[in-house]
Amino acid sequence: MNNSFLQEELIRESGVNPRKCMRCGKCSGTCPAYEEMEYHPHQFVYMVETGDIEPLLNSESLYRCLSCFACVERCPRGVEPAKLVEAVRLAAVRKQGNNSLKADDIPSLSDEETPQQLLVSAFRKYSK
Amino acid sequence: MQRIGVFVCWCGSNIAGTVDVQAVSDALKNEPGVVFSTNYQYMCSQAGQDLIVDAVREHNLTGLVICSCSPRMHEATFRKTAQKAGLNPYMVEIANIREQCSWVHKEMEIGTEKAIILGKAAIAKVHLNAPLTPGESPVTKRALVIGGGIAGIQTALDIADAGFKVDIVEKLPTIGGKMAQLDKTFPTLDCAACILTPKMVDVAQNENVRIFSYSEVTEVKGFVGNFDVTIKKNARYVKEDICTGCGACVDKCPMKKNPNEFNLGMDNRPAIYIPFAQAVPKVATIDPNACNMLKNGKCGLCARVCTAGAIDYTQKDEYIEEKYGAIVVATGYNPISMDKFDEFAYNQSKDVITSLEFERLTNAAGPTAGKLLRPSDGKHPEKIVFVQCVGSRCDACAEKGKEYCSKICCMYTAKHAMLTRDKYPDTEVYVFYIDVRTPGKNFDEFYRRAVEEYGVHYIKGMVGKVTPEGDKLIVQASDLLADKQLKIDADLVVLAAAIEPDKSARPLATMLTASMDTNDFFTEAHPKLRPVESPTAGVFLSGCCQGPKDIPETVSQASAAAAKVIGLLVKDKLTGNPCIASSNELMCNGCSSCERVCPYGAITYVDKEFRMPDRTTRMRRVAQVNPAVCQGCGACTVACPSGAMDLRGFSSSQIMAEVDAICK
Repeated sequence: MNNSFLQEELIRESGVNPRKCMRCGKCSGTCPAYEEMEYHPHQFVYMVETGDIEPLLNSESLYRCLSCFACVERCPRGVEPAKLVEAVRLAAVRKQGNNSLKADDIPSLSDEETPQQLLVSAFRKYSK
Repeated sequence: MQRIGVFVCWCGSNIAGTVDVQAVSDALKNEPGVVFSTNYQYMCSQAGQDLIVDAVREHNLTGLVICSCSPRMHEATFRKTAQKAGLNPYMVEIANIREQCSWVHKEMEIGTEKAIILGKAAIAKVHLNAPLTPGESPVTKRALVIGGGIAGIQTALDIADAGFKVDIVEKLPTIGGKMAQLDKTFPTLDCAACILTPKMVDVAQNENVRIFSYSEVTEVKGFVGNFDVTIKKNARYVKEDICTGCGACVDKCPMKKNPNEFNLGMDNRPAIYIPFAQAVPKVATIDPNACNMLKNGKCGLCARVCTAGAIDYTQKDEYIEEKYGAIVVATGYNPISMDKFDEFAYNQSKDVITSLEFERLTNAAGPTAGKLLRPSDGKHPEKIVFVQCVGSRCDACAEKGKEYCSKICCMYTAKHAMLTRDKYPDTEVYVFYIDVRTPGKNFDEFYRRAVEEYGVHYIKGMVGKVTPEGDKLIVQASDLLADKQLKIDADLVVLAAAIEPDKSARPLATMLTASMDTNDFFTEAHPKLRPVESPTAGVFLSGCCQGPKDIPETVSQASAAAAKVIGLLVKDKLTGNPCIASSNELMCNGCSSCERVCPYGAITYVDKEFRMPDRTTRMRRVAQVNPAVCQGCGACTVACPSGAMDLRGFSSSQIMAEVDAICK
């Protein structure tokens, strides 16, 4: 199913232009989590390009990506697939609706070693 | 006052369909200076041209305005007509009432009005036209070819064959270039040396050709037909005319552990060396960074064993100055460095090699005498992985790699894979590809043979990483069609590295004032219609310096460049374009702005004595335009702050007169 609104949002948020992909598959060739994934990095790029996003939103693959950025580093076309995976992950989190992180939870989660930045970015992701 | 004739062309219905040609010729009849005005169906036809000639004679016309198609189309035609009628050809102006008027307007009224205005502008300009005579310059009947690979060799042979003198300048100790390093050539699998070395010998024995090996061009001055070039002959510490190439010195040299460039560092050579058996010239060269005698004054063994007495440790670099009529650039290519591609472990394992290194490994004259052995342990590899497009087709913003397709890799990889399976049928060969590009005669058939007859495994996908593990290389790659990630325990990995122009090309382009693209490939005068000429007159392009090419294409282009050179050298004199820049020395303030913007290097500054109003004299620095080099682009006229530069035939006053006529 083509979801052009979500497609545009994903492209804008991730800053990834899937049209730059030349379908070489180096991202999937380099991915350490490949075997764990139902949809592989090159498929994320292709499916976002064609607007076939629903299956990605519902797939466990989203949470198998380690964000190691090997695909970003090695993509010859500068497509940066991991950033797209991250954007889909965010969309999935948002779709669930409920805040999964509340301000009240912070004191019990934080200790001296937790960087402030992590809390800020966790808020950004998990409280929409 | 000029006596101007106006000739309005109908161009069948092309113009007459949207422009009332009778109204145009009637309206223009009343313009100042116009003594005759008419219209005709096809001005460019013989009858139309006769009409013009008759009118010139009958009405004593001094200037012509032709209202017709674009000057690109028929300006030359009407200039010849004017000449036939006894006028200077530059007394003709074209008003473009077809491409810029009738073809872009639909309404007769508007089209007619615009055609009249364009005609008035041309009349205003022709009032200020002056007769122009193109300059002439002599042609030095000798060509310079920079680079002695197959491109340079073929160009030199063809020029020499036409009876002209040619010099080849090659920076390495031998000519032959990359082709001399190859094993076999696709798609017919002839041995590269077998087809190249006879040509090397031909060029060496041709009495019209001189070869300056181990030399480079250091300075280029002058212009088409008259280049002054300085060539630096590097000291090779061996007298070239005496050395017989016997190789006794090479055998005896004690400094044997220097990386052999010809084998890409896969074995060693002595400090005194001959790159390969069929080198031309077959003369030894001493590497000054390796020779103990040159570094420390100790040894001298080569001089003692040389029966010819050719060794000369005191030799100095020599500078040769020579005049040339034409210059051909044939500087070639190199594979890019693999240093930035850590994922393929090129710097971690000796068994990850580039395709050019693979050529040497399978070449009978290479470090393994043609046996395919792993560089690390000398064992026969049982599983080989070829990786295509390493550094080719990358994003323009990527820090590594090139944006273009290197063009030759698909074919040579098919060749490597096929030859490996042919010689060693027990070897498993995998080729990872993004696309297989085979646009050439018998190319796709060749690739299909590799797959169908030789059983090479072509896998659509790219290698993600190569990890050395024990004596194996673990190749992790994607198989896109099977939607799988593969892990192959390979013995040898061959990277099809992108190719880039030789590093010497950029400084050379600056010397030649020849233009380059962002990848340092030389640009052509026209990408389709003038592919072997540089935009700089007298500079021609041959081979990979212009873009990636295989051997058949390189040789075709080399011969094409030679044909262009011959076409130039057969002329006794070159006739220039008279519409060139000229500087008014009285107005020039010597600021050099024009010199800086000139893309052709046509402007120089001279100190000149001027008589001042008070009868004293004063030295002033003024611009001078070389009429043989100037292409009439007009950049200098725009850059000149004092209005001293003007373009003949397109002077500022002429253009202002046109603008005034249009705005009136």
